[in-house]
Amino acid sequence: MSTTTAPPPEAAPPEHSGGGNDDHGHGHDHGHDPFLAHHFGSAKQQFDAGKFGMWLFLVTEILFFSGLFCAYAVYRSTHPEAFANADQYLDPMLGAANTAVLIFSSLTMAWAVRAAQLGQQQLLVRLLTITLSCASIFLGVKAVEYSHKWDLGILWSSMFNPQLHAHHSPALLVMSIPAMLAVVATAILFGLGKSKQKPVQAKFWGCLLITSAAYFGGVGLGLVVPIIEGAITGETAVEVAEHAAATEHAAVEHAAAENAAVKHAADHTADGAATTAATAGSVEAAAAEQVAIDMTYTGIFFSIYFVMTGLHGIHILAGMGVIAWLLYRSLLGHFGPRYFGPVDFVGLYWHLVDLIWIYLFPLLYLIG
Amino acid sequence: MDSHDSHEIAHVMPLKVLFSIFGLLIFFTILTVAIAELHLGRWEIIISMLIATTKASLVAVYFMHLRYDNPFNAMVFVFSLVFVALFLGFTLVDVEQYQPDLIPVEDPIATGS
Amino acid sequence: MSDNASRTATAHVHGHSEENYLECAHGWKSWAFTLDHKRIGVMYLVAILASFLLGGVMALVLRAELFTPNKLFLSEDMYNQMFTLHGAVMTFLFLIPSIPAALGNFILPVMLGVKDVAFPRMNLASFYLWVFGAIFFLLAILLGGLDTGWTFYTPYSTTTNTAVITATLGVFILGFSSIFTGLNFMVTINTMRPAGMTWFRMPLFLWSLYATSIIQILATPVLGITGLLLVAERALGIGIFDPARGGDPVLFQHFFWFYSHPAVYIMILPAMGVVSELVSTFSRKTIFGYRFIAYSSIAIALLGFLVWGHHMFVSGQSALAATVFSALTFTVSIPSAIKVFNWLSTMYKGAISLETPMCYALSFIFLFGIGGLTGLYLGALATDVHLHDTYFVVAHFHYVMVGGTLIAFLGGLHYWWPKMFGRMYNETWARVACLIIFVGFNATFFPQFVLGSRGMPRRYARYDGEFIFFHQFSTTGAMILGCGLVLCAGVLVHSLLRGRKAPANPWGGSTLEWKCSSPPPHHNFDWPPVVTEPYQYDHIVYDPEHQGYVEVEDIPEEDEVTGVPVESHT
Repeated sequence: MSTTTAPPPEAAPPEHSGGGNDDHGHGHDHGHDPFLAHHFGSAKQQFDAGKFGMWLFLVTEILFFSGLFCAYAVYRSTHPEAFANADQYLDPMLGAANTAVLIFSSLTMAWAVRAAQLGQQQLLVRLLTITLSCASIFLGVKAVEYSHKWDLGILWSSMFNPQLHAHHSPALLVMSIPAMLAVVATAILFGLGKSKQKPVQAKFWGCLLITSAAYFGGVGLGLVVPIIEGAITGETAVEVAEHAAATEHAAVEHAAAENAAVKHAADHTADGAATTAATAGSVEAAAAEQVAIDMTYTGIFFSIYFVMTGLHGIHILAGMGVIAWLLYRSLLGHFGPRYFGPVDFVGLYWHLVDLIWIYLFPLLYLIG
Repeated sequence: MDSHDSHEIAHVMPLKVLFSIFGLLIFFTILTVAIAELHLGRWEIIISMLIATTKASLVAVYFMHLRYDNPFNAMVFVFSLVFVALFLGFTLVDVEQYQPDLIPVEDPIATGS
Repeated sequence: MSDNASRTATAHVHGHSEENYLECAHGWKSWAFTLDHKRIGVMYLVAILASFLLGGVMALVLRAELFTPNKLFLSEDMYNQMFTLHGAVMTFLFLIPSIPAALGNFILPVMLGVKDVAFPRMNLASFYLWVFGAIFFLLAILLGGLDTGWTFYTPYSTTTNTAVITATLGVFILGFSSIFTGLNFMVTINTMRPAGMTWFRMPLFLWSLYATSIIQILATPVLGITGLLLVAERALGIGIFDPARGGDPVLFQHFFWFYSHPAVYIMILPAMGVVSELVSTFSRKTIFGYRFIAYSSIAIALLGFLVWGHHMFVSGQSALAATVFSALTFTVSIPSAIKVFNWLSTMYKGAISLETPMCYALSFIFLFGIGGLTGLYLGALATDVHLHDTYFVVAHFHYVMVGGTLIAFLGGLHYWWPKMFGRMYNETWARVACLIIFVGFNATFFPQFVLGSRGMPRRYARYDGEFIFFHQFSTTGAMILGCGLVLCAGVLVHSLLRGRKAPANPWGGSTLEWKCSSPPPHHNFDWPPVVTEPYQYDHIVYDPEHQGYVEVEDIPEEDEVTGVPVESHT
């Protein structure tokens, strides 16, 4: 039976009962911990709740990407040759470099969580900056890959039109404009912070300046790796891709020519002889059609490639934003042994971004 | 009174473990690239997915702390993968089963030419 | 301890002597930036009821047009837009959020015995996401409308000139609103249960919200990616669903229904949770088969993921997949049936009182019964070939969604209304409204079963003369249903202005939300309440002085031995 007439002896007086904006309340019965929200009973409960909540969010992200993995699986199983064909346009070394960069960023993120737990504030700030910089490098390499594909006409289905030679466009430059603006802006804000003697602002913008500059490191990496590869294999990546495009292009033209020939034969010959000629022609036409179909499905491969890597890239950008927020809070000294939840939870998100790439890399880059 | 030691709230990962896992992940990355060069046909996807899953497990168990966490979190994670498998499995089976029924787009009957 | 004084000693009512959550702060900012789950619940309530009004008006327009077989005032294109928007608004803006967001947000923490949900800021964010999603929908209506059907099938949705991208983005945003609500509920129930509240001492409404949250977390992201791919298809031509580019339109349907079938369980599970509460309280009897109902909720949530292909039997899906999905569909009906049996068993030999919430609960059992049973016809392959895309389907899903979810929502609203707003409504007129709704609903939708089995296709603006009688019957029913809903709304609004003040426990409920004042104080409870087995009514007696029920302390042992009933009150 419930005996509810009297409050239990250890109950606290009711908390402030006004307004709705009690963000983290200053609960009388929770000591002086400013980061314990009023509706949680203890720091552990708050941490466990936050962790579980983040895992549930990660589940939604997994199911979100699963649609793309499903599309990939469906089209790869029904058109494996087209997918194998597509692989020649992608450079596994660049993909591997990016994989290594992301794995390293996962290390620094997990290390940052440890630093927060142990109250190592300076180390925490440095590790978060390195994590951000790795993300920038990743984006830099991706920019090189994307701009290169643009130059070669290797885009998603409706715009899939492989060219014989890469036409040099300012695509890489255009893609790098946001990073250039970021470098300029963060440099200015860093300077302002220093001159106005606001150490937290200065450090914060300084770290972001390093992050923005790292993007160009990534671009450099993306340009250098194929050159090194070329030196080893005797053929540059550009040439490999152009060669592939040329083969593709020739195949398409051949197919078009075959179709035209068959049509021509059908139009201008009478029965009898025409039928045999037409049958022989139609076998070749079928092969030509097959090449055309492969092209269609190679185009679909690239649609999937761009959506998957593009969506992954958006998640990297979002992650960078949240880690930057963590960086700012770290500089303010918010995190320590009593309160490190946000670092831990954002870390989980970052590891998931790494996890997704761990699967994307072999599926997209290592088929052939 | 709450204890203010972080150990009360969560496990702290030793540096040695972090670095070892990192090393293993890089090793497996190199391995998967090397194996891809061998062109093993049908086996490629299976092997590459096995290696990827190994890497993913290392990240999940160590970097993401699942080994030292409330087991419920690990269950939730694995559970979601079951549903992904369900989604992909049923859809793939259906798609493969109806392939013979498909009418090619170029077919004159379909295009009316 | 057998004197009258101790038997009439009443339990503490939390928040009795202070300002309630509505009075504790004033000004629009105290609502716009509130972190109080109760205020967020009230804002959701207003928002979803506004959407229901919009969707309802669209429904009446559709039914009006269908009064005659030829054009009355809508062109075919306008008709297509009207049924698409009716479906999309009702599904995404009303049904999915209704019980979890409007009632659940308010009641869950109070019923659980805690001060708030786990993440109050995420809760507010979830509400604003709903608002943004709704704005996108309204924008879509203004920017060309939507005529694809709420199902957005390709290739029509990728080629039509209407505002598909805007609407799809709205759906994407609403999906996040739904995910955040579910996430919040799951974490709250998992990590914040008070001392003594073990899993199997939780009220069944909370079990149903937990099961719903599982679905929201697992299924909604797939809708998100489907919408994103649709937008990419339209904007960029990625070709995944477009046959002209080698794509596969049936793949779109797989993606779409992987979410949209579990979505219907998001709609019905909370409704069933409400009914469990109502049936127990108004039979003044412990719910029969508590564990069965709890497990059934989880079973429905999980099995619901295995059956999506039953929407695709005539789409080009393979025979193998169709057969498997059909067989699995039959399994989903079992946990639902278990619940119905348990509710009926609860009522058997209970002290049933037919207050308004109970009227709605009984309506639910009857109407959901019909809706569920007619689903079996659609789950069976051979009959589905005949019934697919006919009015039979329309009738089936309206029976479960309106006769099920809406009725349970209204029942829950009437049950918790005194708690939420501190006012009692006029019982007589509320029950009249319920009756009119019941009659109007059946008059609208029962003829549609007949229409469908006789071949009337759905989504058609014009029809053959042979269907005139049933269409006119249905339209008349729709008008009656509309009147009943207006009366229901009027009764509730009137109570806010003129209703008598509500006691803490007007219905004699046994769950924790009845232990605090009506309306509750800002922090819900003065101290963490003591938790016991749920659905025990022995010590809850009617007190005419309060015109409500009070909890009586310490029933003396002697009474239990002699078997003298304890319900006698002073």
